[in-house]
Amino acid sequence: MGNLSMEGSPKTPTVNFNEESGVLEVRGRSIPENSVEFYKPLNEWVESYGQSPKSVTTFDVKLEYFNTSSSKCILDLFKLLENLDGNNTEVKVNWYFEEDDEDMEEAGEDYQAIINLPFKMIEVEEI
Amino acid sequence: MKNAQTLMALSNIYELYKTMERDHTMLSFKGVVTPDLLTSVLQIMESKLNHVEKSNKTKKKVYNVLVECLQNLYHHNEDIHGKDEGISFLFSKSALLMISKNDDHYEVKTGNYILKENTKNLQGKLDNINELSKDELRELYKATLNDGKVSSKGTAGLGMIDIARKSGNKLEYSFLPVDKKYDFFCLNVKIN
Repeated sequence: MGNLSMEGSPKTPTVNFNEESGVLEVRGRSIPENSVEFYKPLNEWVESYGQSPKSVTTFDVKLEYFNTSSSKCILDLFKLLENLDGNNTEVKVNWYFEEDDEDMEEAGEDYQAIINLPFKMIEVEEI
Repeated sequence: MKNAQTLMALSNIYELYKTMERDHTMLSFKGVVTPDLLTSVLQIMESKLNHVEKSNKTKKKVYNVLVECLQNLYHHNEDIHGKDEGISFLFSKSALLMISKNDDHYEVKTGNYILKENTKNLQGKLDNINELSKDELRELYKATLNDGKVSSKGTAGLGMIDIARKSGNKLEYSFLPVDKKYDFFCLNVKIN
């Protein structure tokens, strides 16, 4: 299947899903009008990665901001990863947020409350 | 020589300018909201906010509210289709957006046509949001996020809840009757 890499745009994040390292990263801003369309290849990649995953899968979420329609798509992505967890891989989530950005910190905590995966909350100066 | 009508039209430009100046308007737009317009408005506002706003937190909140408001206008335009019986079709898809900065807060104002049959539902949603505390809004957001429903457009009923959370104020709104098919929905979001 290969790696999935997508360059960021003013409305969409940079995506780097690496099948050799098991590190899946989204970084930047996610505010497309049609989030379902944007996230479709990400979901498909995760589904196919799940056939033969690495022993540890790390999902690095480094989003500066996302709109509400992306939030639903991000939840779907988390749910796919939740299903992978325990099936030949251990899934970990690193949730990055910028200093003093309580809104993004809370968003991470909300996903953590819904999704049964270990979350690590990481505060950074700038994403 | 200019006739009286021309003079009147010209002085209206100045009146309009003064009104916008008095309201501390940062940007205003009336027309059909397209993805390209959305991108441009967001880029302009991001650079303006970088100039006038020192607090990163406020900057982000205003930007976030703006994104959701613009996307509401964009998606709800799609709801208006079919043959028009009253106001013209293009007119009915047209919306108003104004952003202003006052001494201690920003305001994002939007206006758009809404089919009368959708008014009651939206009004109920807004009234419900306005009754909730900060923590209750967060719970409602989480519950709505997790209820599995999502429209074909990828909207999930989260927009207004998110706007209210980021604003930290009650949502001011009204529905003005236009004709037998449409109301005009006015929303004013204050961000401290």
